[in-house]
Amino acid sequence: MSETKVIDACNTYCPGPLMELITYMKQAEVGDTLELLSTDQGTASDVPEWVNKIGHEMVSSEKIGKIWHIKVRKAK
Amino acid sequence: MRILIVGGGTGGTIIANNLARRLATEIRKHKASITMLSASDRHMYQPGLLYVAFGQMMPDELYRDQASLLETTIDFHVDPVEEFNLDDNRVKTKNGTVYNYDVLVIATGSRIMPRKIPGLEEGSETFYTEESAVSMFKSLRNFEGGKVAIVVGVPHKCPIAPVEITFALHDYFKERGIRDKVEIKYHYPINRIHSIENVAIWAKPQFDEMGIEYETLFNVEEVDVENKIVKSMEGSEYNYDLLISIPEHHGEEVIEKNKLGVDGWIPTDRHQLTMEGHDNVYVVGDTTNLPVSKTGSAAHFEAEIIAENIASIIKIGIPVSEYDGKVYCFIEAGRDKATYANFNYLNPPDLKPANKSMHWFKMSYNQMYWTSVRGLL
Repeated sequence: MSETKVIDACNTYCPGPLMELITYMKQAEVGDTLELLSTDQGTASDVPEWVNKIGHEMVSSEKIGKIWHIKVRKAK
Repeated sequence: MRILIVGGGTGGTIIANNLARRLATEIRKHKASITMLSASDRHMYQPGLLYVAFGQMMPDELYRDQASLLETTIDFHVDPVEEFNLDDNRVKTKNGTVYNYDVLVIATGSRIMPRKIPGLEEGSETFYTEESAVSMFKSLRNFEGGKVAIVVGVPHKCPIAPVEITFALHDYFKERGIRDKVEIKYHYPINRIHSIENVAIWAKPQFDEMGIEYETLFNVEEVDVENKIVKSMEGSEYNYDLLISIPEHHGEEVIEKNKLGVDGWIPTDRHQLTMEGHDNVYVVGDTTNLPVSKTGSAAHFEAEIIAENIASIIKIGIPVSEYDGKVYCFIEAGRDKATYANFNYLNPPDLKPANKSMHWFKMSYNQMYWTSVRGLL
């Protein structure tokens, strides 16, 4: 099982959390899990919408304190 | 203290000049030295490429001799670095010269990677190099009508460029009197038309008013050049007559070859701007992996922090400043009006309506840049 790569996209407006996730998803191998950290409320809905449309796998999404922790597995 | 700056773009040049002034006494007393190694003897004002793509600037207007931009105390060599040996504080250049340093600044920038997408290089026009910007203008001049598609790779330099190029296309075809014969469709990777929410909110009604179509969640997977179809990873596709691309970017090849960062982006502390694991190595501008815009503006503000800290470390032993994520971007909203986005890690931009004054300020800044990069502005 590969290690979870953590992407710290807290407190950033440009390029923003979903753009960061797309960047790192391109670098990942199929089966890798990425954990996106974000303080942007919109990320909680933006990421699942993209993940579902493109066909990756949502692993989990939870807010701990002020930070969203969203785990996604690269499926293709 | 031997300061070595690798890269002569916006970030590297501002750091070098800023340090040369802050450390004038130390340099005169031979207690500090500044060396710059660059791949080119010329310095390009990269934002000008957008104007070249629309015939509003000539390529030769974008360049100055790099040596003419530098303080005379800076030891400048056109000799790109090929090997970084960070554990031993030295680099080796293409000519085979070894440079030892006490402080290293990596400012090598980024490059477009259209070849990452099958068909994109041969099937689209872009404007991120002199050659491609001229080619794009020639294509626009020859275009008499049809479907124009704008597609955006991730990550890319100048996040404002996708909306700027779209507004510019609208105005260009309108001025030629063929706007009614042109369908413009903008495609964007995430689920709104710009990564900055306030820019998306600002741009959307203008797209609607201009009759610009848009599709979000569109990440380019492939271009079928023969049939002129661009396809997305999300499963949609679009038939085009002219494809304008903002290609995915990577850091420079030398960074990847030396394994300093995946895809050429160096892991960097977001406040101190030091390379992770190397406190005497600073990273500036596009070269970082920071979640900030890859723009000359970000490089400029980062460069000021880095220069201030290197100088203070030499003078009092500790850094004095932290980068707060500041970026200031002009946004051209067509050929005769503009606005701006000013933001940092904690505060989003608050966009004002575009106006002619801001456009002329931007046109002035296109010349003022040469003062800015000398560290005078």
